Amino acid sequence: MKFLEQFGRYILFLRACFRKPDKWRMFWRAFFTEVYKMGNDSFLIVSIISMFIGAVAVIQFGSQLQGSLVPMTILGRIVRDANILEFSPTITALVMAGKIGSNIASEIGTMKVSEQIDALEIMGVNAASYVALPKIFAALFAVPALVTYSMFLANVGGAISCYFSEMVSVDTYVQGLRMDFNSFFITHSLTKAVTSAFLIATISSYNGYQTEGGALEVGSASTKAVVQSCIAIIFFDYILTQIMLY
Amino acid sequence: MIALKDISKSFNGRPVLQNVNATFNKGKCSFVIGASGGGKSVLMKCMVGLLSQDSGVIDFDGRDFLNLDYYKKKELRQEIGMLFQGGALFDSLSVEDNVAFPLRMFTDFSNSEILDRVNFCLKRVKLENVNKLFPSNISGGMKKRVGIARSIAMNPKYLFCDEPNSGLDPLTSRVIDALIMEITEEYGITTIVNSHDIKSVFDMGDHIVFIYQGKSLWEGTKDDLRNSGNKELELFIKASEF
Repeated sequence: MKFLEQFGRYILFLRACFRKPDKWRMFWRAFFTEVYKMGNDSFLIVSIISMFIGAVAVIQFGSQLQGSLVPMTILGRIVRDANILEFSPTITALVMAGKIGSNIASEIGTMKVSEQIDALEIMGVNAASYVALPKIFAALFAVPALVTYSMFLANVGGAISCYFSEMVSVDTYVQGLRMDFNSFFITHSLTKAVTSAFLIATISSYNGYQTEGGALEVGSASTKAVVQSCIAIIFFDYILTQIMLY
Repeated sequence: MIALKDISKSFNGRPVLQNVNATFNKGKCSFVIGASGGGKSVLMKCMVGLLSQDSGVIDFDGRDFLNLDYYKKKELRQEIGMLFQGGALFDSLSVEDNVAFPLRMFTDFSNSEILDRVNFCLKRVKLENVNKLFPSNISGGMKKRVGIARSIAMNPKYLFCDEPNSGLDPLTSRVIDALIMEITEEYGITTIVNSHDIKSVFDMGDHIVFIYQGKSLWEGTKDDLRNSGNKELELFIKASEF
């Protein structure tokens, strides 16, 4: 029952968010600030994680293939597809949930408990739309961009791993990377990225917006936002994979 | 003029306001006084539209707030200014941007016109050379003054002040009181102040409403306050003065 009540409130919150902004100029200004903040703040962590995911994937898949009759060129293909289909969109989304999700929830939560949201409402501003909509659109732009960057970097990480591990030559790995490329996998991956971005931004904004009390509740809202976003990302990852690839 | 007619509000079946009636006149500074937990803040939240009353009418010069549509409510809200207990300034914006916020949001003024208006409002509350400071860099009293400047930026018809003196030293409290009083008279605003500060009530209360356990027990002027004949009110004043 409580889940249904929360879900209903979430839908009402979305309805309030997706109203026409009071002033487009202020919306765009907030949007670009948010895109910069989300992209810039997450750039380093996404870079590090992506490189290591690719590197580890090469070692793990390579160790499975060694000694088998399968040609080692297949390693590049497996790592590429795994990175594009799963590792980059899902792990980047989970990292972003922790990074920007908690940020959004605590920022809006603090505004709520310090009456800044009330001040907006009293002025006649649609507070839900003003605080959350630029963040939602910024996430829809920044997360897919970071996922695309992550796909590229994960494959580079794989090449670096090949160079150091001597499991397979870099040339063989690159040959595998270029083998039987299916561009639909990119569509699938970006669909997941957009879905995850929407879930992270809306769930975190909603949790921040519902905060009542003080600093303790802001922390709790931030934790809830991350946990709920992660669960939603994994759940929709499964649903989208089932729908698009099966 | 704001008229409250039989306002009732309850939370989870517990009545917080019961048939509250009051009238607040234009150009006057009206006070809502009462003990903590008596329902003053809930009443103010109902008046500014942050909460919806269960029954009764809040009438802003002939406009019933609760029954207005979304756009009319939005229009009415732009006529309302509010000074919050903690200032409620936007942390991420400088003093200048805080005051400019409603102007940028609701007017088509050019940047120079907005800046002129901001400087005028800040000067009016006796704050100068603080434009580029952030709320975290200014004192509590200054935050309240910036809050007042932001409230008057749009030339409001109605000004609500929620415990404007809380957390301030007596001297700064008097400065804030004087500002509210001056602005009310100067612009002919309908001002409503929620307060515990009896000194402020006697200094500037043109009209006083006493709320006790969710009911409006007494309404009158500051001159009648000491001889109200109401036991609870007399006790409240005595305790406050002591």
